[in-house]
Amino acid sequence: MLHAIETTGLIKSFGATRALDGVNLRIRQGSVYGLLGPNGAGKTTTIRILATLLKPDAGSATVLGHDVGRNARTVREKVSLTGQYASVDEDLTGTENLVLVGRLLGFSWRDARRRASELLDAFGLTEAAGRLVQTYSGGMRRRIDIAASLVAIPEVLFLDEPTTGLDPRSRNQVWELVRRIAAEGTTVLLTTQYMDEADRLAERLAVIDHGRVIAEGTSRELKAMVGASALHLRLGRADQRERAQVLIARVLGDGVIPGTDPTAVTARLANPSQAAAVLTALSQDSVDVAEFSVGNPTLDEVFFALTGHSAEHPVENGQS
Amino acid sequence: MTTSVLPNGERIHELFAMHRRPNPPSALSAVGTLAWRAMLKIKHVPFQLFDVTVMPIMFTLLFTYIFGGALEGSPRQYIQYLLPGILVQTVVFITVYTGMGLNTDIHKGLFDRFRSLPMWQPAPLLGALAGDLFRYSVASAMILVIGLILGFRPQGGIVGVLLAVALVLVFSFALSWLWIIVGMLVRTPESVMTTSFIFLMPLTFASDIFVRLDTMPRWLQEVVGRNPVTHLANASRDLMHGEPVGNDVLWVLLASAVIVLVASPIAMRMYRKER
Ligand SMILES: Nc1ncnc2c1ncn2[C@@H]1O[C@H](COP(=O)(O)OP(=O)(O)OP(=O)(O)O)[C@@H](O)[C@H]1O
Ligand SMILES: [Mg+2]
Repeated sequence: MLHAIETTGLIKSFGATRALDGVNLRIRQGSVYGLLGPNGAGKTTTIRILATLLKPDAGSATVLGHDVGRNARTVREKVSLTGQYASVDEDLTGTENLVLVGRLLGFSWRDARRRASELLDAFGLTEAAGRLVQTYSGGMRRRIDIAASLVAIPEVLFLDEPTTGLDPRSRNQVWELVRRIAAEGTTVLLTTQYMDEADRLAERLAVIDHGRVIAEGTSRELKAMVGASALHLRLGRADQRERAQVLIARVLGDGVIPGTDPTAVTARLANPSQAAAVLTALSQDSVDVAEFSVGNPTLDEVFFALTGHSAEHPVENGQS
Repeated sequence: MTTSVLPNGERIHELFAMHRRPNPPSALSAVGTLAWRAMLKIKHVPFQLFDVTVMPIMFTLLFTYIFGGALEGSPRQYIQYLLPGILVQTVVFITVYTGMGLNTDIHKGLFDRFRSLPMWQPAPLLGALAGDLFRYSVASAMILVIGLILGFRPQGGIVGVLLAVALVLVFSFALSWLWIIVGMLVRTPESVMTTSFIFLMPLTFASDIFVRLDTMPRWLQEVVGRNPVTHLANASRDLMHGEPVGNDVLWVLLASAVIVLVASPIAMRMYRKER
C-alpha cells in the first residue's frame, strides 16, 4: 500500500538544539493522522520538512512516494500547508488573500476570483470577504487560512496546531472542517497539544517528545499502554488529595497516575471491580469524593505514563 | 455529522467536486502577482508612506525657513538646492521597508505558504522589490508636490525631474537588496529598522543634501565627497535644474551595480537556504 507520508530517521538540529532526533512516521493515504506533543517537541519542524521548507540533517521523507528533497516541486504540487502562525496576509482582505494564492497556483484572474468566492461561501466568510484579515476573529482567521490551503485541492494537507487559542465553538468548526476534508479523500496531518483533539479526529497518532516518537498507534492502543481502565476521581477538597493518593496506593498496591489538577486523582485499575474497594476505603477515611468515573485513560494520562511529565506543563528543554 | 456547526458545511463537498488544479504560473506571472500584493498593502496601509515622509517634510520646512536665508540668501533660493536632496533622503529611508516587510512575512509564516507553493521560488523577493519601486515613486511624487507648493521650480522641466527620480529609484533598488539580507538575519522588523539606520543616518547626513560641500572643512569634504549619496544628491540637483551632469551619474550607477552584484547573490542564497 502506498503511504501518503513516510519518514525514516529524520534528524534536524538548530545550533545546539536537536529539534528532531530520529522521527519515523508512516501515514496511510486518506487518513487523519495526529502528531501530539508539548511545546518544543518538534511538531512544526516535522511538518516544515514534509512541506519542503526545511532540509533534514539526516534521514529521508517521502510524500506520496516523492522525496521531499529531490522532488520538492512535485511535492509542492500535491500538498498545502496551514502554518502554526497566520499564513495569510493580515494587511489584505479575505478575498484578496485567496485571489493571491489562486494566482500563485496558476489560476487566471477570473478563475482565481471565482474560486475565492466559492471558498468564502463554503467557509461562511462571505460577509467578511471585503474586510482586512487583521480585523478577523481568531476563528475566522483560522478558517481563511485553511481556505487558502484548499484553493487548489491538496492530496495531503498539513495543519499545524489548527485549533490552538480558539474558543470551543470555533474549535468545533475546525474539527468539522477537518472531518469533511478527510471525507473527500485528502490525507490530513495535524499537530496538536490537545489530547481530546487527537482522540476525536485522528485515526492514528504519534506522541512526540524531544524530537522522538515515543508512542504510536490508534488512540485506543495508546490508552491500552497505560492500563486496562482508569478510575477518575474528583475530590470535594483539594487538601485531601494527598491522603486520597496514599489510601489508593494502599488498596491497589501502586497505580496512582500523577496529574496537575489539584482536585483530580486518577488511578490505573487492573480490573474495573477494584473501583468499589477504592471508594469504600476513601469513604471510611472521610475523604470527600464529589465525582467518580471508570473508563479509558485520557491521552494526557497516556502522555504522563510515557514521559513522566504532563503535556500541558512541559519540562522546558534547554532553549525552547 | 448530523448537525453542522459550519454555516455552509455541505458546500465543502462542492469545493472538492468543482476543483481543477491549473498548471503552475510562469515566473513573470508570479512576480507580477506578488507586486500586485505589495501595491494592495500600500493601498490598505498608507501610513507606512506617511511615517517616512513626515520627517523629510519637517526638515524641508525647518531648513528652508530657518537656515534658508543664511545658507543661500533666501528660503526660496535654498529650496531650489534642498529639495532634490530631500527627495533622495526620503526614498533612501523608505528602502528600509523592504527589509521590514520581508522580516514580517517570514516571521508571521506567510513565506512558509509562499515557499510551499509550486511557483518560481525567488518570486516573493522580486515581487516585493517591484512593489517597493512603486512605493518609491509614490513617495517621490509626494515630495515633489510639496516642493512645488513651497516654491521649488525645477529648471530642467519634467524630463529633468523624471530622470532624477529614475536615478534615485536605481540607487534605492540597489540599497533594498542590503535590507533584504538584514531582514533575513535579524529577528524583528524593529531590529531591521535599527540596524539599517545605523548605516543610513551617516550615509544621508554625511552628504551634501543640506549644505554645499565647499562650506565644509577640508577633511570632511574628503569624506562627504566620496559618499554615494552625495553623488546622488548632486546628480539629482543637476538633472532637475537642467544643468550639465558631471561624473556623479556614473558614480551612482557604479555604486548601484556593485551593491546589486554583491548583495543580490547573497540574498538569493540566504533566501533559498531554508530557515
Ligand atoms: N529556526 C529555528 N532556530 C532555532 N531553533 C529552532 C528553530 N525552529 C525550531 N527550533 C527549536 O527546535 C525545537 C523544536 O521546535 P518545533 O517548533 O518543531 O516545536 P513544536 O513541537 O512545533 O512546538 P510548539 O508547540 O511550541 O509549536 C524547539 O526547541 C525550538 O526552539
Ligand atoms: Mg509548532
